[in-house]
Amino acid sequence: MTQPTTQQGKRQAVFLIGFLLVALLVAGVLSYLASSSPDGLDTVALEGCEVTETDAGEEELTGECIAKDAADSPVAGSPFADYGVGGNSSLVGLAGVVGVLVTALIGGGLFWLIRRRSGGSSDDSS
Amino acid sequence: MHMSDGLINAPTSGVFWAIAVIGLAVSFYKARQDLTDRTAPMAGLVAAFVFAVQMINFPILPGASGHLLGGALVAILVGPWVGSICIALVLAVQALLFADGGLTALGTNIINMAFIGLFVSWGVAVALRRLAQRGGVGLAATAFLAAFIGVVGASLGFVLEYAIGGAGVTSLGTVFSLMVGLHALIGIGEGIITALTVGAVAAIRPDLVYLLRGAPQDLQLRGARQPEGSSS
Repeated sequence: MTQPTTQQGKRQAVFLIGFLLVALLVAGVLSYLASSSPDGLDTVALEGCEVTETDAGEEELTGECIAKDAADSPVAGSPFADYGVGGNSSLVGLAGVVGVLVTALIGGGLFWLIRRRSGGSSDDSS
Repeated sequence: MHMSDGLINAPTSGVFWAIAVIGLAVSFYKARQDLTDRTAPMAGLVAAFVFAVQMINFPILPGASGHLLGGALVAILVGPWVGSICIALVLAVQALLFADGGLTALGTNIINMAFIGLFVSWGVAVALRRLAQRGGVGLAATAFLAAFIGVVGASLGFVLEYAIGGAGVTSLGTVFSLMVGLHALIGIGEGIITALTVGAVAAIRPDLVYLLRGAPQDLQLRGARQPEGSSS
């Protein structure tokens, strides 16, 4: 049974690496095609306001809307804030790659730590 | 669908934070039985994949966009308990590293996307499990419907939170109809992405699709799925 198990392990590794590559491609490349319009909830939050751009390039809200109460995130000064790198929004792909790797590492590590260990067997059909 | 801080008042946000923490504790307890040497790495990558796809806002109307929430996707691939941890992790990374979604608001965001949307989707998927097990088209249809209904469900989470702790600048009726209307459109995109992703995984590794494996006790009934009886 060691032969098919090794083969299964190989298939598993190939699949996982492929899955990671797809995620990296989406975050690193496709992210440049993303729409910059507000999403559904933001659209509702902006209902009643008009968004104008000030001379400084900042967005300003005029009128009465939910979004007027929105506060800046406490980590708005983070190097990756708003999916840029150090304030450079043209590096969204790099920010995306960082996000994918961080999420995969934390997620994979966390799930590996809390997984069910069934007597050293790697089979989950019990 | 990431709320900034300040849209919902602090006491309400605190209550939803507490519910989110309790929910995640239950998820961690339940997730253990679904995580094995084989599925744990897959679950981490599913979270990373959701992070990636959430970056891709697609247009739904002139001036409005939407993005994947991922509740149906993760629930179908890795199960609802592991899946809710995946979505909460994505939201935490987005809030802490990318300032996407507030920190006070993280509790409400987790409730909406990692729990309400996800478990509505899971309910739909379980109800349609026989259809999903019939083959590619059935699985795609199940994934689409679960995703579509889940997104509308998640949008109602915000309506609820706004009703309890919103400032009331916009009337509740307006918030309700706009949220549901916009998210019905976003739900179509969510449905398509979910159906394509689940379909692709099922075509390559059907054994890694949680919905097709069924609940652990179901495995005994459909033992033929296991090619080797190495565990007995």
